[in-house]
Amino acid sequence: MKPRILMFGWEFPPQNSGGLGTACFGICKAMARQQVEMIFVLPRRQPVAGNNLPLVFAGLEEIRFETVDTLLYPYVTDQSYAEHYQDIEPGPYGPTLFDEVIAYGKRARSIARKHSFDIIHAHDWLSFPAGLAAKRISGKPLIIHVHATEFDRSGGAGVNEKVYAIEREGMEQADGIIAISHWTKNIIIKHYGIPEEKIRVVHNGIDSDDIVLIPESLHQLKRVGKKMILFLGRITLQKGPDYFLAAAARVLELRDDVFFVVAGSGDMERAMIRRAAELGIADRVLFAGFLRGAEAQAMYQAADLFVMPSVSEPFGLTPLESLVVGTPVLVSKQSGVSEVLHHAIKADFWDIDEMTNKMVALLREPALSKTLTENGHREALSLTWDRSVAGYVDYYKTILNKLRK
Amino acid sequence: MASVCFYFQVHQPYRLKKYRIFDIGRDNVYFNDASGTNLDNKWIFQKVATKCYLPTNEVLLDLLNRHPEFKISFSLSGVFLEQAAEYMPQVLDSFKRLIDTGRVEILGETYYHSLAFLHSRTEWLRQIMLHTRQVKKLFGVEPTTFRNTELIYNNDIAHIIEGLGYQAILLEGADHILDWRSPNFLYRPRRGSKLKMLLKNYKLSDDVAFRFSSRDWNEWPLSAEKFAHWVSQVNGNGEVVNLFMDYETFGEHQWADTGIFDFLRHLPAELLKHPDNDFLTPTEAAGRFPARGVLDVPDYVSWADVERDLSAWRSNDMQYDALNKIYALEKDIISLGDKKLIDDWRRLQTSDHFYYMCTKWFNDGDVHKYFNPYESPYDAFITFMNVLNDLQLRLKQLKNNSVVTNEQ
Repeated sequence: MKPRILMFGWEFPPQNSGGLGTACFGICKAMARQQVEMIFVLPRRQPVAGNNLPLVFAGLEEIRFETVDTLLYPYVTDQSYAEHYQDIEPGPYGPTLFDEVIAYGKRARSIARKHSFDIIHAHDWLSFPAGLAAKRISGKPLIIHVHATEFDRSGGAGVNEKVYAIEREGMEQADGIIAISHWTKNIIIKHYGIPEEKIRVVHNGIDSDDIVLIPESLHQLKRVGKKMILFLGRITLQKGPDYFLAAAARVLELRDDVFFVVAGSGDMERAMIRRAAELGIADRVLFAGFLRGAEAQAMYQAADLFVMPSVSEPFGLTPLESLVVGTPVLVSKQSGVSEVLHHAIKADFWDIDEMTNKMVALLREPALSKTLTENGHREALSLTWDRSVAGYVDYYKTILNKLRK
Repeated sequence: MASVCFYFQVHQPYRLKKYRIFDIGRDNVYFNDASGTNLDNKWIFQKVATKCYLPTNEVLLDLLNRHPEFKISFSLSGVFLEQAAEYMPQVLDSFKRLIDTGRVEILGETYYHSLAFLHSRTEWLRQIMLHTRQVKKLFGVEPTTFRNTELIYNNDIAHIIEGLGYQAILLEGADHILDWRSPNFLYRPRRGSKLKMLLKNYKLSDDVAFRFSSRDWNEWPLSAEKFAHWVSQVNGNGEVVNLFMDYETFGEHQWADTGIFDFLRHLPAELLKHPDNDFLTPTEAAGRFPARGVLDVPDYVSWADVERDLSAWRSNDMQYDALNKIYALEKDIISLGDKKLIDDWRRLQTSDHFYYMCTKWFNDGDVHKYFNPYESPYDAFITFMNVLNDLQLRLKQLKNNSVVTNEQ
């Protein structure tokens, strides 16, 4: 008998700006495929991707969506939330992200009263208070799922005390914790003082079904024989765009036929444009802005190499997206995905020489690119959400059995 | 009659140090890592010598002294012999003492433990000659039995080896070539007349080499008595039991605390308890027993992995590319005749470099099944190709210089 789940999320495609929404979408679909009975709660009424993709959601009666009206803005700092808040219609709860999170928690009580379920599963700090509230009302066990911590988001500097407090309370009060990587698990142990045995690592997956090949972009540059190396992600400290540019400058010292694309937006975007100019490579670095869906995919496909130089990456879905469309990847060792992805080249994010060495080798050696691509593609396809969900279900049972005793 | 034929492979490659793009054209010393890690050849050699070569040689010398019937054989790669001379000469001395007993046969192989046969037969022959010369110089003996790198074998290899005057050749007793036949007899290659084939009894060999310390194995712990009993069971339905394994089995793959040395110490006496058992070296076995059949092996067979094929060294594009590019240099490098360049080029041919590039275990998710001093097969390839680029650059410079010299 599979346990019934009450799941609290925060964002969901298409209204997501980060990996959390994508992950929740993948999880929901895989849960449905495996016929896990689940109620997925979102803080605010929104069109969900499932409505737009009837093929994907058809027959998935097991998943019911519950929404609570709050503002939606994931992957955020409190400050950026306030900025964002000014641009759109006011939410019902108040101007700060914390107000939203707390309000979501309060609303969670009535939802917990209304439904029957065996276990509560809450994603990231934004929904921890909701998960905790549901646990108090229902007496059911709570599993919190850590996709990112304040230490990843801040790059270790300027950890927000209020966020940290919510994260820590959630971790302490929960009956079990799912970490999306050993990288994240170690952060939870080290920075939140949680005992190791309370944490289960279940790596994320990828929804490769949704990815279809489309025509390449930038084909004019490619046609004249230029090689392209891609960075795609938020342009923030956490993602290491500055290390990417430093390596780009070194690569250009060795090869003339390369251009670099930085796709994404974020608080370091302007600084990075300036940095490229300082390095004297502004003409070789294209800033493509924030791309989603087909645009992002076209970019992956156009690239000869995708680089994820993250400083602290709990998982990192982008390298898998790149491999699914057949572009090899270089990932930082400071990432969760490097724990499960063998067919990638890897380097420490700070080791510019090593990144340069590997970038140049990849451009120079077609055999390397081909072997990485073939094996990496196969491996990425095997890292499915079904595999992850099987891991969650196993953990639910472990926790329920433990509490029964 | 069951004659036990021991062959131990002794080899250490020259591993490439971490060599980056920036080193090309600036650093032409490739094998001198001194980090005290798995790329540091000296450090590894001394470690393995202390754990395996020296103590095992001591045990074997003692056994040879105690049992006049006891005999063994070794294949010592040229790059092993070089490293021994450079890093720990007492290791060479200790092998000399064994060979001086007259009951230790040294087999022939390629000096560089290479896959040359697959790419260049002339280079392969040169490396066999180099090895023969080195063995003669160091130990005063000439090999009469041949074992190709990793026991890679097919009909063609046997044919050439017979032509070189060898009396026997070793190969894996793989099921797919033996079919219903037993590895415990000698065979003749398809096109051969006198050359004898000795086939590894992989069951009994691997009981020692791989399973000895495995607690999941229902025969654990393996005593010398039990093992001798298994060997003796061959009496009546076989003539020779070929126990072929890496020498590092003793003390390195199976650590001293597993009891492997005690096992070895007691094994000859246990084997000799059975009156019909004795010991032979491969050439002696070839002289004593007739070939009991013909084995046709058109496709390559090796002693590697379950596949027993070439896929450990030649299965992905990186491996093919690296191999093709290294052998593409043959003509130019040989004709230039620069000793240092030739030696570096040949050290790059050692099979281990291509083994480190193998991705097939990665596909099974069983990454820890094999040993790799590099972080991944990709890192191994990148390092190798950077070095190869430098080698090509040196070749080009030398060629240009020689053209200039000739014109003057």
